[in-house]
Amino acid sequence: MSTETQIPELGAVGLARYFWRQLTSMRTALVLLLLLALAAIPGSLIPQNAQNPMAVSDYFEKHKTLAIWFERFSLFDVYSSPWFSAIYILLFISLIGCVLPRSFEHLQASRALPPKTPKNLARLEHFESWSANGNELDTAKAWLKAKRFRVLESDESISAEKGYLRETGNLFFHISLILILIGVLIGGLFGVRGSAILSQGERFVNNATSYDTISFGQITRENSLPPFTIKVDKFVAKYNTLTSAPEDYTLYVTTVAEPGATPKKQVVKVNSPLTFGSTRVYLQANGYSPIVTVQDKIGNVTFQGPVPFLPQDANLRSIGAIKVPDGDPQLGFVSSFVPTYARGADKSAISVFPEALDPKLLFSIWQGDLGLDTGRPQSVYRIDTSNMKQIALDSLKPGEFLKFSEGTITFEDVVPWVNLQIVSDPGKSYSLIGGIVAILGLLASLFTRRRRIWIRVIDGEVQVAGLAKNSAPGLEIEMSEFVAKLKGK
Amino acid sequence: MSAQDWAYLSNYAIYSAMVLFTLAFFGHAYETAWAVRTPIASAETEGNLVAKTFDNSRTQKAMRIATAMMILGFAFLFFGVIARGISAGRVPWGNMYEFSITGALAFTGAYLFALRKYDLRWLGVLVSFSVLLTLGTAITLLYRPSAPLVPALKSTWLVIHVSAAIISGGVFLLANVIAAAYLYLDNMESKGPRKVWAQRLPSLEVLDQLSYRLVAFVFPLWTFAVIAGAIWAESAWGRYWGWDPKETWAFITWVAYAAYLHARVTVGWRGRRAAWLCLLAGSTFLFNYVYVNVWGTGKHTYSGL
Repeated sequence: MSTETQIPELGAVGLARYFWRQLTSMRTALVLLLLLALAAIPGSLIPQNAQNPMAVSDYFEKHKTLAIWFERFSLFDVYSSPWFSAIYILLFISLIGCVLPRSFEHLQASRALPPKTPKNLARLEHFESWSANGNELDTAKAWLKAKRFRVLESDESISAEKGYLRETGNLFFHISLILILIGVLIGGLFGVRGSAILSQGERFVNNATSYDTISFGQITRENSLPPFTIKVDKFVAKYNTLTSAPEDYTLYVTTVAEPGATPKKQVVKVNSPLTFGSTRVYLQANGYSPIVTVQDKIGNVTFQGPVPFLPQDANLRSIGAIKVPDGDPQLGFVSSFVPTYARGADKSAISVFPEALDPKLLFSIWQGDLGLDTGRPQSVYRIDTSNMKQIALDSLKPGEFLKFSEGTITFEDVVPWVNLQIVSDPGKSYSLIGGIVAILGLLASLFTRRRRIWIRVIDGEVQVAGLAKNSAPGLEIEMSEFVAKLKGK
Repeated sequence: MSAQDWAYLSNYAIYSAMVLFTLAFFGHAYETAWAVRTPIASAETEGNLVAKTFDNSRTQKAMRIATAMMILGFAFLFFGVIARGISAGRVPWGNMYEFSITGALAFTGAYLFALRKYDLRWLGVLVSFSVLLTLGTAITLLYRPSAPLVPALKSTWLVIHVSAAIISGGVFLLANVIAAAYLYLDNMESKGPRKVWAQRLPSLEVLDQLSYRLVAFVFPLWTFAVIAGAIWAESAWGRYWGWDPKETWAFITWVAYAAYLHARVTVGWRGRRAAWLCLLAGSTFLFNYVYVNVWGTGKHTYSGL
């Protein structure tokens, strides 16, 4: 025999219903909203992989132990972390659970009439009464209809309501938030984002191998890239002569939308990208690419071409690496480039202006093993000289060359490079529509006042009263107009 | 006139505005202090401190002068901002100095606008002081010579996005000042009747409603500022949302004010709790402005400050 107390079982359905009620309650939504704000904070204080991977690896070097713990809690990827996702997914479920039933209710109520006139108007706000003339109800009806109130008539009274737009706007606002999230999801699933550095004169063919970095959405396929090509004809940067601050970047390109199409001359600026269907091409960064030729001892060309250098300061002093793996021994040129040469206080080469007015290429030549075959990823701007020895140190102006023990290097010329960001985001139009509807809905819901007005004519006496929901202001003015109209003033 | 002349003219206008705001501050301070009258000591009133009375009939003039100075200061500041824009050949929202002077303009504007409907002159001391503080910091610490924009800022969206953000900021701060006043007075009232100087201030209920209305009024504009920023980011940076620190904090501010509005409208928060939430949300806006501009990294930092 069991002596346990009998507890009424909630059952699975009951329990689920209980959690659903909790989740969709306003209090939970409020807590989730504040949690979301709180959870977004660390991502703005701790460097993020998605925004600044270099800063993350710096952080790992500087604070080793802390970084490991940060990593465990996804603090370097806050906005794609499980806990951040959990909060916004719960929030959106709560939102849907709240908004959908209300939408159905509101839809059903869209043709509903206001409730009947209460028995005792004297107890309500804005109550007024005076002796009747006879035609108050007709006047009231005409006035209320003209003001686009919904009207419920009975023999002796009228009940009117206005401001349904408040709830409509409110619902549209919340539904549009869901639309924005759908846009984000579509972008994440079907989008493609990549970047490529191109020196002036080079051509970009839109397939995965042309990119320096590329990331596909979860469902995107590689062959979905539209087959356009972009040739970088010319890049012009204008700088302020006093502050060296950039004033204008203009990129001239020749584009071919698909094989066989007629080439088109186009201009790209920072705020005006190229558009190919849902793919857009943005001008993101720029710098200098010295064009160099390296020959071995018997004059064979072992390397030739522009090498993009990485800018280090506002005057575009840049560092770079010229790697010549096809030679015996392998050669490496640890280099820096200054567009307008000057000597710094410590005798080092500095640049005093970002335009190439007096360009100079400075380098040290190393021979040995570049370490390219180890399979470890290497920076294109740096050389691992641990298995190399330095054999020379020099600098060149454009057109000059240097003979050294293993061959010749010629600094032919310098051209600018541009970093193009190529993005396909098929979800963004949904988010945009969501954003626009959100604002309109918000305006409607915050600036519509919902209110009721009643009038009753009984025993030769006119009674009026009004009620403003959410204690919205302005009803007293409306009521006084109403009363004035009825009194025939 | 050359760009240089306009830049100097702008600086003079802003210095003059500061003088006018200082006068406004003294006017309001005098008015606030001297409206409380201590009766002349006599045998009956000796030792009776409670007998202080509020009488601003003799200080009305100071208050009117202060408001006039405020309006004049606003006009000078307005001219200073415009002249700065003319000298740079663009809208004057390119760096933190320019944000600050425009922000001070928006804040004064919000105060003067609200003054048409509500008698907020009791706030005058605080408003003139905070405007002075903002302008002082701007002209001493944040000043940058007038210069053209970097390429990323050359867009019509600069006008739309930044003006919406600055106006929202001005109104949010005004709502915050009122919420703070609410908390202060609420604290005072819980200890007994209001002190004499505070008796003229609006009732707690009015303050509570006013700070809510300001937020509700400007929340759609802030939403618009964020969305306009997203549209601009799409055309300049290739993504409409990238969790850049500025974006993140704009989002946090948005979420915090959304929570505030829900707490008020749906859950029915009033009074202390609502005021604290309002202050919390407002402080995220300030943090965004100060921290992200000065110490932050990311795409919203241009040309120094």
